Amino acid sequence: MTDPSNDPSRGPVLEVRDLVKNFTIKSSKGLRVVRRTVQAVSGVSLSIGTGETVGLVGESGSGKTTVGRCVLRLIEPTSGSVQFKGTELVGMPQRELRRLRSQMQIVFQDPYASLDPKMTVGAAIAEPLDIQKAPGNHHDRVVDLLELVGLAPDHAERFPHEFSGGQRQRVGIARALALNPALIVLDEPVSALDVSIQAGVVNLLEDLQDQLGLSYLFIAHDLSVVRHISDKVAVMYLGKLMEIGGADDLYTNAAHPYTQALLSAIPEPNPILERQRQRILLTGDVPSPIDPPSGCRFRTRCPIARDLCAEEEPELKDRGQGHPVACHFPGPLSVDQPTRLVDANDR
Amino acid sequence: MTTVPALSIRDLNVTFKTLLGQVQAVRGVSLDVAPGEVLGVVGESGSGKSVSFLAVMGLLPKSARITGSAVVAETELIGASNKTMRKARGAKIAMIFQDPLSALNPVQRVGHQIVEMIQAHQSVSKADAMSRAVELLDIVGIPQPKDRARQYAHEFSGGMRQRVMIAMAIANDPLMLIADEPTTALDVTVQAQILEVLERIRRDLGTAVVLITHDLGVVARIADRVQVMYAGRIVERSEVVALFEHPTHPYTQGLMQSLPGPTRERLHPIPGAPPNMLRPPSGCAFAARCPHSIPACSLEIPELRPIRGSESACIRAEELQEVLS
Repeated sequence: MTDPSNDPSRGPVLEVRDLVKNFTIKSSKGLRVVRRTVQAVSGVSLSIGTGETVGLVGESGSGKTTVGRCVLRLIEPTSGSVQFKGTELVGMPQRELRRLRSQMQIVFQDPYASLDPKMTVGAAIAEPLDIQKAPGNHHDRVVDLLELVGLAPDHAERFPHEFSGGQRQRVGIARALALNPALIVLDEPVSALDVSIQAGVVNLLEDLQDQLGLSYLFIAHDLSVVRHISDKVAVMYLGKLMEIGGADDLYTNAAHPYTQALLSAIPEPNPILERQRQRILLTGDVPSPIDPPSGCRFRTRCPIARDLCAEEEPELKDRGQGHPVACHFPGPLSVDQPTRLVDANDR
Repeated sequence: MTTVPALSIRDLNVTFKTLLGQVQAVRGVSLDVAPGEVLGVVGESGSGKSVSFLAVMGLLPKSARITGSAVVAETELIGASNKTMRKARGAKIAMIFQDPLSALNPVQRVGHQIVEMIQAHQSVSKADAMSRAVELLDIVGIPQPKDRARQYAHEFSGGMRQRVMIAMAIANDPLMLIADEPTTALDVTVQAQILEVLERIRRDLGTAVVLITHDLGVVARIADRVQVMYAGRIVERSEVVALFEHPTHPYTQGLMQSLPGPTRERLHPIPGAPPNMLRPPSGCAFAARCPHSIPACSLEIPELRPIRGSESACIRAEELQEVLS
C-alpha cells in the first residue's frame, strides 16, 4: 500500500506534534481544597495522510479519547501543535475554527446518547448543513446521505428510538459526512454494537473511505477491529505513545513489552490456539495519571523493567525495529521471563 | 452424564409484561451444568442469556412471569419462597455481574461485606469469618489481603473489585457460580487476570461456572461447552472445539464470520436484525436473516436435537454440514 502522506504535493491531512493536555482536579483534604494536575496526554505526535486510517489503541485512562477531542479542539490542548492541512488549529480564534470544523467531524461511541430523541433523523443529519448555511437543497442532501450509509430515504421522518443500535450509528456517520469532511475522528464507533452488526458498520466505514477519500483517526480498545481497519496503529499508555507502526508490522513485530502484553491478552476465537498460547500476563492495573511512575510510565507493570527504566524516560524512536518504540529494551519478550509481581497499588 | 448436575434447568420461560404486550424473553430453555464444568453462554443483546440466569437466581422484577424448573443441589429455585431462595443464594449458587461497583456496599469495609456473607450461611465467630475473608481475598489474587480487607470499594480498581465480588461469591463454597459478563467492563490486560482467577477457582475448588458473554474469544479461552442463544432459545450447544471447528447452526457460523480476522478481508455481517420479542416468529427465529432458510424453517419452532456429538436447532443441520464447517 502506498503511503499517501509521502506525497509532497499534499502533505498530511492532520499533523499532531507534542500534544499535551492537563486537567486540574480539585479534591478536599479536610477543609483545604487541593488542586492537582492530571496529565491525560503528555506529548503525543502523529500524522494522518489523505485516505489513511490511523488506529489509536490503549486501555481506559490511556488518554486516547482526549487526543481525539483535542484534535478537533472540542477540548483545548494545554500545549503542542495540531495542524489540519497545514493550518495550525491551536490558538485559532473560534470564528475561524468554526469554518474549518466542517472539514473535521467526529462519530461517538454511544449511538443512543449522541442523537437527540426529540429530533427526527432527517433533522439531525440536516443540522450541520443548517448551522454552516451550506448551499443547495438540504432535504435532497439528507436523502443522498441516508442512501450513502445504507438507510432508506423515508427513514428521515423517523425518530432515533425507532432505530436499532447499528442503524443509529449509521445516522451518526451520515451526520458526520453531511459537510464533506476530509477527516473523521471515530471514537469507539463500533464498541457498543453486537458483533454481527459491528461488521456491517466497519464495512461501511471502509467503503466510505474508498469513495470519498476520507482520513480516519480510529480510536478503540478492540485490537482486532483496529488491525482490520487501520493502516497505521499507535499504542497509548498513561498519556504517552509507546509504539507506532504499520498495522501488520505492529501486530507481528511488536517491540514494546506493553504492546506485546496487550496483544497477548486478547482472547482469540479459536479454542485450540487459544489454549496453547503462551501469554504475558501483566500484574496490577494502570497506575493513576495524577502521579505517573518516573521514567518509563509502563515500568511498574513491565516484566523486564530495570533500574534505567525508573531513571530515564525512553524516547519514542526507531531502535532498529523498523518503527518507533518508546522502550529502552525493545524486542520480543520470552514468555518464561520472570514476571515481577508488582501491584499498581503498591507503588 | 451420570453424575448429578450442579444446575439443572428444564423448560424455562420468562415473559415480561410491558405496555406494548408480553415480551417473550426466554422461550423453553433446558440445560445441565456438570460439577466443575465451565459452560459458556453466548448470544447478542436481547438473546435472553442474562435473563435466563437472573430468573434462576430469583433476581427478576415482579413484572416477570417465570415458568419451568431450575434445580441446584435438590432445591427447586423457580417459585421458591424467599426463605428457600435466601438459603440457596450464596451457599449453593452465586452470581457475579458486569459492574462490581454497584454490587458492593460503598460505606462498608470490603472485609466486613465478606464476613456478612459468610455469617449469613455458616455459624462461625466474627473473628473466624474475618480470617476466612482474608484467605478468600488471597485466593482471588488480591495482594496484602489483610490490609485490603479494611478498605472500602472505592479504594479498589475495577479489576480488584471484580476479584472482591468473586471472593464473596465463593465464600460459602457454592456448587455453581454464574458469571454474567464479568470482564466486559474491564481492560483486556485485566480481563486476562480475571479469567485466570475463574479458571483457578474451577480447578482448585471444583466450582461449576456458567460464563455469560458476547465475546467468542473469552469462550474459546475457558469454556468446556458452549451454548449459543438467539431470540430467547438455545440454537446450538457443543463442546468448545467442535463449536468453533464445525458449527451446526447458521447463526453460530454467522457470528464467527462477522469477527475480523488477521487479514483485511471484507467482513461478513449478519444481515437484518433480531426479531421483535413481542411477537416472535412462528418458526425458526433466525430464518429471516439466515442465508440457508427454506419455507419449512418458518413452519414450526425447531427443537434442539443431537447431531455429530453437538446439539443444533436447525432443521437443515445435516444437509448443511459441509457449508457450515
